Amino acid sequence: MKRAAFTNRWLPILLLLPQMAIIVVFFYWPAWHALTSSFYLQDPFGFSETFVGFANYTSLWKSAPYARAASFTVVFSLLVTFLSLAIALLLAVKADKVIKGAKAYRTALMWVYAVAPPVAGVMGIILFNQSWGPLTRFLTMLGWDFKLGVNYYDTAFAMVLVSVWKQIPVNFIFFLSGLQSIPKSVREAALIDNRSASGRFWDITFPLLAPTGFFLLITNITYSLFDTFGVIDTLVKGEPGNNPMTLVYKVYVDGFRGNDMGGSSAQSVILMVLVLAMTIAQFRLVERRIHYT
Amino acid sequence: MAQVTLSGITKTYPNGVTAVHPASFSIPHGEFIVLVGPSGCGKSTMLRMIAGLEDISAGDLHIGARLVNHIDPADRDIAMVFQNYALYPHMSVRKNIGYGLKNRKIPQAQIDQKVAEASALLNLDDYLDRKPSQLSGGQRQRVAMGRAIVRDPALFLFDEPLSNLDAKLRNQMRIEIKALQRRLGVTSVYVTHDQVEAMTMADRIIVMNEGRIEQIGSPSEIYHSPATTFVASFMGAPPMNLLHGEILNGMAQIGDLRLAAAPKAASGAVVIGLRPEDITPDAAGPLMLDIALVEELGAHRLLHGSLLGQPISLHVSKDIAASTGPLRASFKPETLSLFAADTGVRL
Repeated sequence: MKRAAFTNRWLPILLLLPQMAIIVVFFYWPAWHALTSSFYLQDPFGFSETFVGFANYTSLWKSAPYARAASFTVVFSLLVTFLSLAIALLLAVKADKVIKGAKAYRTALMWVYAVAPPVAGVMGIILFNQSWGPLTRFLTMLGWDFKLGVNYYDTAFAMVLVSVWKQIPVNFIFFLSGLQSIPKSVREAALIDNRSASGRFWDITFPLLAPTGFFLLITNITYSLFDTFGVIDTLVKGEPGNNPMTLVYKVYVDGFRGNDMGGSSAQSVILMVLVLAMTIAQFRLVERRIHYT
Repeated sequence: MAQVTLSGITKTYPNGVTAVHPASFSIPHGEFIVLVGPSGCGKSTMLRMIAGLEDISAGDLHIGARLVNHIDPADRDIAMVFQNYALYPHMSVRKNIGYGLKNRKIPQAQIDQKVAEASALLNLDDYLDRKPSQLSGGQRQRVAMGRAIVRDPALFLFDEPLSNLDAKLRNQMRIEIKALQRRLGVTSVYVTHDQVEAMTMADRIIVMNEGRIEQIGSPSEIYHSPATTFVASFMGAPPMNLLHGEILNGMAQIGDLRLAAAPKAASGAVVIGLRPEDITPDAAGPLMLDIALVEELGAHRLLHGSLLGQPISLHVSKDIAASTGPLRASFKPETLSLFAADTGVRL
């Protein structure tokens, strides 16, 4: 590795400045702000605040709605991450085998990537509209009286469905390029060594895709926790009452609807710590089993 | 016992390009056969059809008594060594070598024993727990060989296995592969574009060009009696001298220079082939050469010049003083090859 040294000590700092400024303004400063305000109780109109120590945290510990949102978030993230990775991998493996019209297939599968999460949510609302939504009608035909925004589980189902659908293309692109970077001769050697296609997939293809898979695992968990906000917001807009919500959405609802800035800040601090811990754990546990070429 | 028989094996791609024109030959058990030719001549396609990595467009392929046209590569009882080794990067050397056995439901104890035998044979004992990325090119090549030999296949296939190695290692591995094949007695098909590898390793050589087989024969037949001008010019470094001449009254001649008696029926324009080492400087010789360049190679010298305006090279011992300028030389008439000028086929 070649190392280049700067002769002027200010130049590297100058070059780092724009990136650092963005991180400071959009991450450190709000994070610090959240941390400090999580120790205060604000009056609803924002005129005064009282130092309450860890009271915001302890009240969350006892809060049933918070526990409900937390357990929903766990199930939701696991489902969204697992389904969007699994379906994307399946599609990528199939698309990789297509020879005729491969580009058309790939483009069609990537198309959804261009849809913004709130738009995906709106499409979900249309598809699951109570009176004329085509998916509602379809489910009614199957004997499922589907009620978006009314029934807790039906709403959760729609949230998972739309979030997964939205995330598949990104995963698909990464998995496909990962598959295509596996040397052809390695696959051919496997073809001679192992007659079973599924055996070849699990022994050769899957481990060689693991670096891509690990990257996607982290980004997908982050997606399911945070970026699904737009989908959830549009799907339950106006009536979050009995509906399922993720922890991130609860931060927003409690902070901006409930005007409980302290409690909401405490929630976001917890989230931040959780994500940090989870990412470290993933790197420690999963990454060491991965072979990078 | 595996004899391999190809009958009219053809490869035509959907776009209509024919990569291999109908080819028929058979490889007796234990023979080391080398497919050689320039890039794009169809030799790799031929090998890949034998392996089952490419579909056979027409013709029948038998390995042993079995027609294998539609049998999966894993069930053809073959093992293949690839140009870039094709090792599984995430597996240790031990697992790489044993992978093919594991999938054939062979007991673990037997796999361990076979891997141990192969690694001893290939000097890989110290590397069994390393990953391929921690090995040198020559070691990777040995692992690829190990993966092939533990399987005890009916047929070894080699796809330019030495072309990624440096020259010194290539010579060494060439000898090792040949010795290993002798010892194991497994029928082998070896693809290369390197005519030295072909000459030194093969029991028989198949020379291919533009999807067609030009000649099948022992290295000596290929070298001394090339079937076509293509074979004559492809095999040998420098290649056979090809001089344009004609047959007049049963004599092959260039202008007024009479060289040798021609086959009775032949007449008209011919190409006269002479190996560079079959021409020797001789003050009383019939050939009047004009030498333009001397290449010093240590053990011998290459002289490049012209004969009656046509380029010619000769190969002389280091003991013979050489300089540019006029040189008289002679040749043995029995070493001369004659080819039809229009078809390039040996007369």
